[in-house]
Amino acid sequence: MLRAYVFLFLAFLYAPILLLPVFAFNDGTVIAFPLNGFTTRWFSEMTRSRELHAALANSLTVAAAASILSVLLGLAAARANVRYRFPGKAAAMGLIMLPLVLPEIIVATSLLVVVVRFFEWPLTLWTVTAAHVLICTPFAVAILNASFQALDPAMEEAAIDLGENRASTFRLITLPLVMPGIVAALLISFTISLDEFIIAFFLTGSDPTLPVYIWSLLRFPKLLPVIMALGTILVILSVLILALAEWNRRRGLARAGVKDTGGFL
Amino acid sequence: MTQDSRRGLALVAPPLGYAVALLAGPLLAIFLFSFWTQDYLTIDRTPTLGNYREALSDPIYRTIMLRSLWISATVTIVTVILAFPVAYYVSFRIRPDRKSFWLFLITIPFWTSYLLRIFLWKVILGYNGVMNSGLIGLRIIDEPLTALLYNANAVIITLSHAFAPFAILPIFVALEKIDRALLEAGRDLGESAATTFLRVTLPLAMPGVVAALLIVFIPTVGDYVTPAQVGGSGGQMIANMIQTQFLGLNNAPMGATLAVIAMVLVTIISLATVWLARRLAGGRT
Repeated sequence: MLRAYVFLFLAFLYAPILLLPVFAFNDGTVIAFPLNGFTTRWFSEMTRSRELHAALANSLTVAAAASILSVLLGLAAARANVRYRFPGKAAAMGLIMLPLVLPEIIVATSLLVVVVRFFEWPLTLWTVTAAHVLICTPFAVAILNASFQALDPAMEEAAIDLGENRASTFRLITLPLVMPGIVAALLISFTISLDEFIIAFFLTGSDPTLPVYIWSLLRFPKLLPVIMALGTILVILSVLILALAEWNRRRGLARAGVKDTGGFL
Repeated sequence: MTQDSRRGLALVAPPLGYAVALLAGPLLAIFLFSFWTQDYLTIDRTPTLGNYREALSDPIYRTIMLRSLWISATVTIVTVILAFPVAYYVSFRIRPDRKSFWLFLITIPFWTSYLLRIFLWKVILGYNGVMNSGLIGLRIIDEPLTALLYNANAVIITLSHAFAPFAILPIFVALEKIDRALLEAGRDLGESAATTFLRVTLPLAMPGVVAALLIVFIPTVGDYVTPAQVGGSGGQMIANMIQTQFLGLNNAPMGATLAVIAMVLVTIISLATVWLARRLAGGRT
């Protein structure tokens, strides 16, 4: 009975996503049943939309910049958290991790107030990137915390004893061992930034990111089948990225000689 | 100061500085803003409690605030109750080497575009939607149901779907930590499977359940997209009102006030939940 319930739950979880390809290949402009026959024209229409390409390029730029910056900040925070004891540690880590439990609308409005009202700066892709770094960093810290915890301090001590200095120990020993964590954190931050809507909606200027562009399309039902086609491709891409992250995380655990306890979060 | 703490501080300085500049600073700014007033385009910086008085007395704000809390509380309870058996199944019935595959399976839907997932719920619940065509096809109903979409129920269904993995993961982690020998001990001492579950498994899983409650409740109170897309006029929540104040009505101080009130209420309810859970656990946590 428990098994039947779990499969029912999985059906509920996957129901919306399984509809994506159904309507992406459906030959009709209305997203509703009954279906009208098979077509690939939404996919070819997608390759011609210039606004869509611009929005995708914006999102990829923001996601790349945000994931690199948040992983750099996450590395520093996770290393400090796992390896050192210092005054005010709990408060400092608490503030860094706070965006994880703060409704995104609060982050979005507070940054909007500061950027527009206090500094009167223009809203650009940079403001979106800066905010995405803020919300991606806690995820990077959470993943890298686990990587640094799995690291045996004796390995670093051995390198120091064998004549390496702190910098070369970090480069030759620590970095390779936490590299899978770094890759996983990059992929997860990239995915979060790519999908983030509300902060981008508040902080974007004249260049929309992909979710902001999709949002504007939701009001024009004529273009929705194209969005279904795009969504199908995005789902496949996310699954690939996540499979890559998971494969890479397991490889990391195997390398550090730790038993797999599972899970991204 | 020891060398250890100096190195730690030097390392934590960049991420901490970033969080202070882009989080603590802006939160302080929004707090200040909530005491100011706006007349058309000019901001009056004389501090006043007028916004708070208006936000707490005007029935429009009060209704929407209470509705947000009610919807979030319902979503939280529904999600956690639905999630518990799934977490239990993965933790107790799945072979250890297959567990990460199952977690992967559960988290995939969460990593696909949030906007598209919500839009697809509109397709499922809509007038010509999957649900209505299915029910008519099975001859359960004759006319499409209109009560499925554009109300608070649609918001609850959509949010419960979106936050399911957030509830499953912390409960799973708590269940994984339970020493299986304790369950055998319970059975050996004469408990049935059901009473072992109630008296051993459930209390030990409580930290995970409380974490799940908070992880679902806190972000759903501030959700903007779901109520905007599937809520209709009767399902709008506080984030929609905050957005209207900032971008539509151009009354930023009122938007800031509502944001501060929402944050304070969420904090109080979260702390109360933790306190209550500790009391119920009899200080054993």
